[in-house]
Amino acid sequence: MISRRGLIGAGAGLLVAGCDRMNAAPEVRGTLEELGGLHKRAQRLLGRHALAREYGVGAMSPVFRANGNTEAGDPVWRQHLAEGFSRWALQVGGLVHRPLALPLSALQAMPQRTQITRHDCVEGWSAIGQWQGPRLGPILAAAGLLPAARYAVFHCADDFGGDPYYESIDLIEAFHPQTILAWRMNGAPLRPEHGAPLRLRVERQLGYKQAKYVMRIELRETLAGLYGGKGGYWEDAAGYQWYAGI
Amino acid sequence: MEDPVPAGTWVRRHALATRLWHWANAAVLAGLLMSGLMIFNAHPRLYWGEYGANFDVPWLEIGAIGERGAVSLGGRTFDTTGVLGVSRGADGSPVALAFPEWATIPSTYNLADGRLWHLGLAPLLVALWCGYGAWMVAGGHLKRNLWPRNGEWKPAHIARDVLDHLRLRFGSGVRYNILQKLAYLAVLLVLLPLVIVTGLAMAPGMDAAWPWLTEVWGGRQSARSVHFLCASGLVGFFIVHIVMVVLAGPVREVRAMVTGWWRVR
Repeated sequence: MISRRGLIGAGAGLLVAGCDRMNAAPEVRGTLEELGGLHKRAQRLLGRHALAREYGVGAMSPVFRANGNTEAGDPVWRQHLAEGFSRWALQVGGLVHRPLALPLSALQAMPQRTQITRHDCVEGWSAIGQWQGPRLGPILAAAGLLPAARYAVFHCADDFGGDPYYESIDLIEAFHPQTILAWRMNGAPLRPEHGAPLRLRVERQLGYKQAKYVMRIELRETLAGLYGGKGGYWEDAAGYQWYAGI
Repeated sequence: MEDPVPAGTWVRRHALATRLWHWANAAVLAGLLMSGLMIFNAHPRLYWGEYGANFDVPWLEIGAIGERGAVSLGGRTFDTTGVLGVSRGADGSPVALAFPEWATIPSTYNLADGRLWHLGLAPLLVALWCGYGAWMVAGGHLKRNLWPRNGEWKPAHIARDVLDHLRLRFGSGVRYNILQKLAYLAVLLVLLPLVIVTGLAMAPGMDAAWPWLTEVWGGRQSARSVHFLCASGLVGFFIVHIVMVVLAGPVREVRAMVTGWWRVR
């Protein structure tokens, strides 16, 4: 005689097994990915040029959570940190006419944008902070993009278990007026746990796009052939969506 | 009052559109709920306002205190070991997760896969709601069968229907009773649209395009809380719905939702 409890348990077991089997099926995953792609299309259709909301000073989080890596393991970065990033320079290269090397002082001397925005983590939490730095668009324009350039890739000094952190955005996002290279946060130079010396801010996307410890920007035609080929550390390692506007 | 239809008469109860929407919506909602619980497990804390993270004060938290599962709600803590906070994994060992493995897609913790399901199924929920909503309004189903008639709004009528339900006297009328109508309307016109809007509000790209999505709730974290509450409301409806179907005659009711034909009792 099967008990009612046993029956419910068996039913739940079947349900779990069924769900996990569907989750593993490539056709199911492919369909879900395609359906999920509708979000990006809708967002580009409805707000390609829309600005992320900006807040007043009073709306800022009392404590801005530092997530992910809170320091970079790269010995070169450690040396720069010890020197106060005085000899550090951001490299801009790849599919550009004029590769650039921009010291922190040069980035600080450019026209600055200061914005108080909401940082939304893929996990669900939000923190509001103030970011300051030059816009990415004019820097890319100064380097002069070659016609084939379609993505800006951000190479970082931090890593997870030896796999370097990197992220990428398309040119719509790269030239968006709120996309900045922040060297200041909440009124003070960017602290190591928040990505010193430079952190990308892509305000219409989730936290994993906000690459910390940015050392080099590479303009590329395709994301294939770079690390796992999915355009970012978390995209490669965990399967997060490359488009992180949702 | 309508003329009573003799018992045993077969009546056409559910239109094809209703039946298709009902089952498709049930399947999509089940997937959304289970993948949503997975996403919740990534940060099992809810806040009011625009921001909210580990250093801020949540109004709801599902976590673990030592080896005990605990739900903290508005300053009070409840031991929920076995179900919430700490539950048993597939091999029987305790797992510290807000919602247990049997309730999530996939069963073991994987935020990326939870999002794959949730973000993939969400457009289907929207399409189903828009399609059925249009049919319901244009075809007259909403006005004819769901919207309460004049007399049904009277407190005395509602009170009588509540009493009838308490005495388990329901499910015999050809037309929906008032509590049924209100429950269906709450799902169709309140919970589903709210769960969709608050879901969109959590997408930073959507917020840029439509800032009102978060502003109407007082912030993104409020929208996330409302999303969770609406999902809870849908689960609550589901439980009551199943109990009512079982009490009213599960074979008769499920057959009607499959074939459209309902046998008057």
